[in-house]
Amino acid sequence: MRTDDAPAGAAERASDPDARDAVSSQRDVPDARERLSDHESEGAHAVISVRRLAKVYRMGQTSIPALRGVNVEVARGEFVAIMGPSGSGKSTFMNLLGCLDRPTSGEYWLNGREVSRLSADAIADLRNRHIGFVFQGFNLLARATALANVALPLLYAGMPREERERRARRALRIVGLGNRLEHHPQQLSGGQQQRVAIARALVNSPSLLLADEPTGNLDTRTGMDIMAILQRLNGFGLTIVLVTHEADIAAYAQRQISFRDGLVVSDQAVTQQRSATDELQELLARRSADGAGGEPVRIREEQA
Amino acid sequence: MTTSRIPTTRATAAPARRAARGAGAGAFASRRGLMLGPSVQSALEALWANRLRSLLTILGVIVGVAAVIAVVTLTQGTSAVLNARVAGLGTNVLTITPGATTTGGARGGAGTRQSLTQADADALTAVPHVANVSPLLSANTQILAGAQNWNTRAQGVYPGFQAIGNWQMAEGTWFSQADEDNAQPVAVLGQTVVDNLFTPTGTDPLGQSILMNGQTYQVVGVLQSKGATGFGNQDDVAYIPFATARARLTNATFVSQIQVQVDATDNVDATQQAVTALLEQRHQIAAGGSDDFTVRSPTQFVQTAQQSAQTLAILLIGIAAISLIVGGIGIMNIMLVSVTERTREIGIRMAIGARRGDIRNQFLIEALTLSAGGGAAGILIGLGGGLALTHAFQLPFVLSVVAIALAVGVSMLVGIVFGFYPAVRASQLDPIVALRTE
Repeated sequence: MRTDDAPAGAAERASDPDARDAVSSQRDVPDARERLSDHESEGAHAVISVRRLAKVYRMGQTSIPALRGVNVEVARGEFVAIMGPSGSGKSTFMNLLGCLDRPTSGEYWLNGREVSRLSADAIADLRNRHIGFVFQGFNLLARATALANVALPLLYAGMPREERERRARRALRIVGLGNRLEHHPQQLSGGQQQRVAIARALVNSPSLLLADEPTGNLDTRTGMDIMAILQRLNGFGLTIVLVTHEADIAAYAQRQISFRDGLVVSDQAVTQQRSATDELQELLARRSADGAGGEPVRIREEQA
Repeated sequence: MTTSRIPTTRATAAPARRAARGAGAGAFASRRGLMLGPSVQSALEALWANRLRSLLTILGVIVGVAAVIAVVTLTQGTSAVLNARVAGLGTNVLTITPGATTTGGARGGAGTRQSLTQADADALTAVPHVANVSPLLSANTQILAGAQNWNTRAQGVYPGFQAIGNWQMAEGTWFSQADEDNAQPVAVLGQTVVDNLFTPTGTDPLGQSILMNGQTYQVVGVLQSKGATGFGNQDDVAYIPFATARARLTNATFVSQIQVQVDATDNVDATQQAVTALLEQRHQIAAGGSDDFTVRSPTQFVQTAQQSAQTLAILLIGIAAISLIVGGIGIMNIMLVSVTERTREIGIRMAIGARRGDIRNQFLIEALTLSAGGGAAGILIGLGGGLALTHAFQLPFVLSVVAIALAVGVSMLVGIVFGFYPAVRASQLDPIVALRTE
């Protein structure tokens, strides 16, 4: 197998010095598109279709309505930011979208499938195959290497070991961590950990990436870097739903949905979508008197 | 960032992508049941992360299993010796010892009460099917031969004892009836005695003089070794004529025991009854009264040994059960702690697609790994202890496969039984709550 691969590897290596950026963009663009297109065969449904979704928490005698009839459609390839103050129901909505919780009433169609009445195992499989999570607190397994963390969803998908590692390696390369495979989370910076988490979310080729305050624990520049990765993935066709309370971050999305008191109060397209990549380049250009501006930011800024 | 590293990973990337696409649909369609390999690996990692805690947890299982294995090894060694000795006695020899039978304790009773006489032994020759009879008079004594000395057991027996004890001669002959009649100072030595008295000086023992209790004896024969079968080495003995022993060694009126050889194995039971009846008559014991002697056949020897082994086994099983239950509770306790500590991990796993069953199996396998590890360690320690014990008591080391299999099975069962509740609890966690846990 190794011998067969050698020419291909050599060819790729030859084109390498030109643009390290190409490691993540050109090399991965076709790749990511192919993967994402797998799901198109499933039909032209919206990825998310939520109708009259309600969730009521019961605490002893009292009932607390967290969601009071929400209707939202998210089409394939959209990048949606969910906004709202705490207690607005956006976290509840996120948990429902992620199939971590069941609605009290209403319908949730994910990829043309009504999921709120599925069995626990079916929902677990659904999370495994169709949803990728990125959390504020990274939520990596501390004992496992980056590679093992990323490969974990594939384990639950029942994939053989070699295939798991192959895909995990590829996902880590997509987020620019191809050289951090054997590092443990505590050996990585916050931004790197979040990128491992993104790789883990990507590895099963999900229909939907749910990001819950993904930049909440990061400094501005690292946050920008994470947003750049998300925007790039969205550019390849990945549907992303991002929960944030920061208007700055929400501005990287194409569409913003605001929640208040368990209801959608506004749902509008972003008129001027910010580009995290461009902003990063500007930021670096401004900061770097030492000529680091040309470096691929995703890899370099962690080491600085 | 090293340049050498990247190309290696890249070299496999392109075909990998193609393979991934081909295998994709199929791989996703099927799930593995237990995912045993990765689960065991992850369990080992988790246990290794808390190695001291893991070790302390399985200590109960280790102690329980080790104790059982060690004592089973010891009992097996003992019964191997007993069986060998019974086989050495021949299947048609009745042993009559003074004192009444008490279950399990009869062996220790030999010689503690005095009721058998030489006359009893002589009377038994009249019983049908009796081929040979010999009283035994035992005394521990020191033998001197030149500059060498050795402490051994001297036994005064009739010439017919050679047949009873199934002794083959290595050298010389057994003493004769004439020696018995005239109470000649002659001795037949066991191999161990010869090894200690004559082998060091390279002397041929035959015809040599030895001193026993300050009196001179002539060596007329050397016995073939029956092999050292452990405690009470059968070769560590010096046989002298009964009359000589009575006259020179000890002035006891009573004998240590009487051995009777029956002409055929089929007649053993009948002869045992006849012997008992005759001795009761001679000792004037009324019907229904308790005998002041015990007649045992080889089968009864085995039965006695088996009975005491059984008693020991029951005791052991009790101890092991308690130890394993305690160990199991320890495992359950630590697994509950582990589930609490790793609530967030459980949440993460659930979020990325672990089913409740996957989580349950993960913790179940962890508990199982823990208890099986304890079992394995216990077996090794137990075997080591057993080896040391059997060595100390000069018993053969018998590896009991049944005991080991049982130890493995039981320790794993402990893991499953006591690991089940924590595992189920882990699997019932709410992923949202679990993810929020710090």
